[in-house]
Amino acid sequence: MNNRRSVIPGFGISLGITITILSIVVLIPLCSLVVFSAKLSLSEFVYTVTRPRILSGYFVSISTAFIASVVNVVMGLILAWILVRYDFKGKRFIDGIIELPFALPTAVAGISLTHLTTTNGWVGQIFYKLFGIKIAYTRIGITVALIFIGIPFVVRSVQPVLEKIDIQYEEAAFILGADSRTTFRKVIFPEILPAIISGFTLAFARSIGEYGSVVFIAGNTPYETEIAPLLIMSELQEYDYSAATSIALVMLGISVIILSINAVAQGIVSKRVNGKA
Amino acid sequence: MELRKENKVLKYVLVTISFIFLGVFLILPLIYIVITALKDGIAGYVNAVSDEYAIKAALLTIKATVFAVIVNTIFGISAAWLITKYAFKGKKILSTFIDLPVTVSPIIAGLIYVLTFGRQSSLYPILDSYGIQIIFAVPGIVLATIFVTFPFISRELIPVLTAQGSDEEEAAALMGAGTAKIFRKVTFPHIKWALLYGIVLCTARAMGEFGAVSVLSGHLRGKTNTLPLYIELLYQGYDFTGAFAASSILVVLAIVVLILRLVIEKRGQKELDLNK
Repeated sequence: MNNRRSVIPGFGISLGITITILSIVVLIPLCSLVVFSAKLSLSEFVYTVTRPRILSGYFVSISTAFIASVVNVVMGLILAWILVRYDFKGKRFIDGIIELPFALPTAVAGISLTHLTTTNGWVGQIFYKLFGIKIAYTRIGITVALIFIGIPFVVRSVQPVLEKIDIQYEEAAFILGADSRTTFRKVIFPEILPAIISGFTLAFARSIGEYGSVVFIAGNTPYETEIAPLLIMSELQEYDYSAATSIALVMLGISVIILSINAVAQGIVSKRVNGKA
Repeated sequence: MELRKENKVLKYVLVTISFIFLGVFLILPLIYIVITALKDGIAGYVNAVSDEYAIKAALLTIKATVFAVIVNTIFGISAAWLITKYAFKGKKILSTFIDLPVTVSPIIAGLIYVLTFGRQSSLYPILDSYGIQIIFAVPGIVLATIFVTFPFISRELIPVLTAQGSDEEEAAALMGAGTAKIFRKVTFPHIKWALLYGIVLCTARAMGEFGAVSVLSGHLRGKTNTLPLYIELLYQGYDFTGAFAASSILVVLAIVVLILRLVIEKRGQKELDLNK
């Protein structure tokens, strides 16, 4: 495989098909985004993205996505742990159902979660009557929808790593006198940390851009529950492509930052883990 | 032994938390959809799902899904083959571009197609002179659906092909087999379960795409409304029974996808074990 010329035929045709489809679906549209962005005037761009309503949209998107992803890290760890380490009734069911947020259309999830969490919904009325907390049409509702969307990410990135950890290390730690908490912290946690970070990043990036499940439950009140993707949508509906593109560029920038943080974190962690070994 | 005992309490707590969490976040919404869909009785349900516009929306969803699956299968196989069988410059960039669509917000995906094919684009006059309309029409919906599911199949195939290595293909090539023959006889049997799984994932996501399709659809009832968009329309018109009835179709499909996934995984695993 290291030699440049492989003996396997078909390089030309697979390259041709790949590049052609990639160009039509991804590259050309991406170029047109770049071309269109280059035509935007800087002052107009800055004016658009610093409007208070837009800034609050970014804030709502980022803060709710962050909280939802943190919840998903905790729950994802627990789920991955019970799936790998324990045997119990209904394990296969849990393993199967975890993927539901990938399989269920976001709009369907959105309307169902909304109806469940309004002040007279099955779940919503409990929270409203007992604690006076409203879920649907608030930022809590947005967070709930984003938790739903993000459930599979952390589980699916931690699970395979956890499966591969050799139980011998834990036994060794135990024999050396470590209690189970120390063993988890010192032996298991460093091993699964890269997977946790990448699961978190994927969930976070997905949540920031999420639209379908959120629009229904958010209520979309300006400055309160308007998410950034919705703001792009409303500019598009008014055919203001410059404004829509400006808002989108900032969001793409945020995604790039998140994914780079992930890459850097992976590098640091893998260095540390390998360095110790 | 001491450790075991401690773990039992912990196990009980963690398993209970997991069941409650998944019960509330995943199972309850499903149950709610089914109950609301059947609120007006079976007749009401049948009426809602056999509505003329519901059927047209379902047909458009199927059309977009079929296109997406075909294009992404062709692309997925050739990209996975290209990336795993040959060494060439720019491989990393290629992988980045393939994965890009899933990291982009669906709304932004819609936006870039509007910028590419919309009225202000320099491509617009050319396409218009041929009478081709892409955005706010069916081709736009199809493109958006392809975009949001773009890496689904290649991503399933690449790890399998990497693990497999290229020895068998090289041997076949040295014995004089052509590309098509090598693929059919040597590579395909190894990747068929991964491919099927990729197709299942692609189908699930394609059927349910909302954001990107919403940007590119003209929202014309019976013309450019997919099933998820039709559900939105009913919901906004306060026809909740209708919205949840239409949703229940997608719920059933989602459950089928999950079951298929488990079956495929099991079959694929069995075959792997046999090969060992």
